[in-house]
Amino acid sequence: MLVLVGPIPIRDFPFSLGAVRMNGHDISVDGQVLDINRGTVAMMASAVAVCREYGLEPPTAMIAGDIGTRRGSVQIYEYLAQNLSMDDVNVLTLHYIMPDITRNKKFLDHIDTVDQRPVLIADAGAMYVAKAGGDAQRYDVFTPDLGEMAFLADEKAVHPAYTRGFIFHMEDDVPQLVQRAHEQKNTARTIFVKGKTDYICQEGKILEEISTPIIEEMEPIGGTGDMITGMISALIYAGKSPLDACRIAGRVNRKAGELSRPTPATQVKDIIAHIPNALNEVLEEIS
Amino acid sequence: MKWFRKDKQKKEDITDSQVITRGLLIFPDTSSVMQAEQILKEAEYDIKVVSPPPKYRTGCDLSVEFPLIEEPGIMKVLKEIGLPPMDRLLISENGTEPLRLCRTKDFGDYLMVRAANMKITIDKATHQVVNISGGGCPDVPYLAYEMLGKKLEETPEPVLIGFSMCAYSLNTARSEMIKITDKK
Repeated sequence: MLVLVGPIPIRDFPFSLGAVRMNGHDISVDGQVLDINRGTVAMMASAVAVCREYGLEPPTAMIAGDIGTRRGSVQIYEYLAQNLSMDDVNVLTLHYIMPDITRNKKFLDHIDTVDQRPVLIADAGAMYVAKAGGDAQRYDVFTPDLGEMAFLADEKAVHPAYTRGFIFHMEDDVPQLVQRAHEQKNTARTIFVKGKTDYICQEGKILEEISTPIIEEMEPIGGTGDMITGMISALIYAGKSPLDACRIAGRVNRKAGELSRPTPATQVKDIIAHIPNALNEVLEEIS
Repeated sequence: MKWFRKDKQKKEDITDSQVITRGLLIFPDTSSVMQAEQILKEAEYDIKVVSPPPKYRTGCDLSVEFPLIEEPGIMKVLKEIGLPPMDRLLISENGTEPLRLCRTKDFGDYLMVRAANMKITIDKATHQVVNISGGGCPDVPYLAYEMLGKKLEETPEPVLIGFSMCAYSLNTARSEMIKITDKK
């Protein structure tokens, strides 16, 4: 089972756990229709698109309404730590959750008690809290962008907003950021650094760079990073290694961007719609 | 809006050598810090938001650093608006300030500003906010819903409707974008 976890930006949206269904241009969870936009929903839509192509059962979503007040994030943390049986969970991806170091450690302690540990993937708030709490190495995959990579490399920062200036200015030197973060044990085993050039790294070493096609207009588009996280999750669920999942997802992301012919005003749902074609093209190219 | 105005004469009487000991105000959440910051700055208090000490950290939080000599006035202001801090600490050195550096990228018809992990992009001709990206706290998608499609100057200030450090960074990016567009 692939479980995708994250808050929904709707104030009173109830805690829900259910299969993610694709309904035309929207997705639904537990009968509740969700607009495909940035954040958790973009990640889920991208994962569903990949699962469909591989003929896999749809991901399971664990979501709750949270507009930053922590309410939904707390519900999620508590369910993860107390109620979620990990027996059937192969891959567990956590996304835009409000950082809460204490609650996150309880969840990780729960994970440590299960026989079959799922592959753990974190992006956004889930990645921030993992690093801030000194728990980065308990995860398998992180998917930072450049600003977040600088945060991972700064041992003193508890949030990207606190990244020190001299490290913020090191963003053009991704290898140094990756090495620095790894030396300080602030990364997961595999990291996918999203940027003009994507870097796929393991154990502090850059193993592959993806830099073509260059679609500059994708940088301002909210949700393109969420797409990558969703695709990596689904590809690992489909049996790919984290490294291969990163290699495929990075290429599909660029290809889908190219197919959508974006401007800086394009919305991510218009790019997600091209994932099936982009995935097939990429799989053909690399086979 | 100027909610409170401090006595200017009093500020001029305070010398640098007197303002050597500072304190930290701890609030229950980031949103309260953001409100306190805005109100105290409007009242011209010499305060800044900084990272709280480790025992108060959740991973996404702020505190308000202030000159102890101003404490009675600051506490009065906060009490009057119903925003009393949870705790008040003495500090021997400054905390870590949030990053305020911005980067700008020109896309021809569009302009993007990034602060820390948050980016805002506008249509240069209309000033319409066309995209918001980056960030990782749950109020980011909410902020995007509230700001997308509106003219930059008509968007709500992220610190007023957001709750997280990401909202704080987006606020920095939005302020920088307003400065840039005002110059043109």
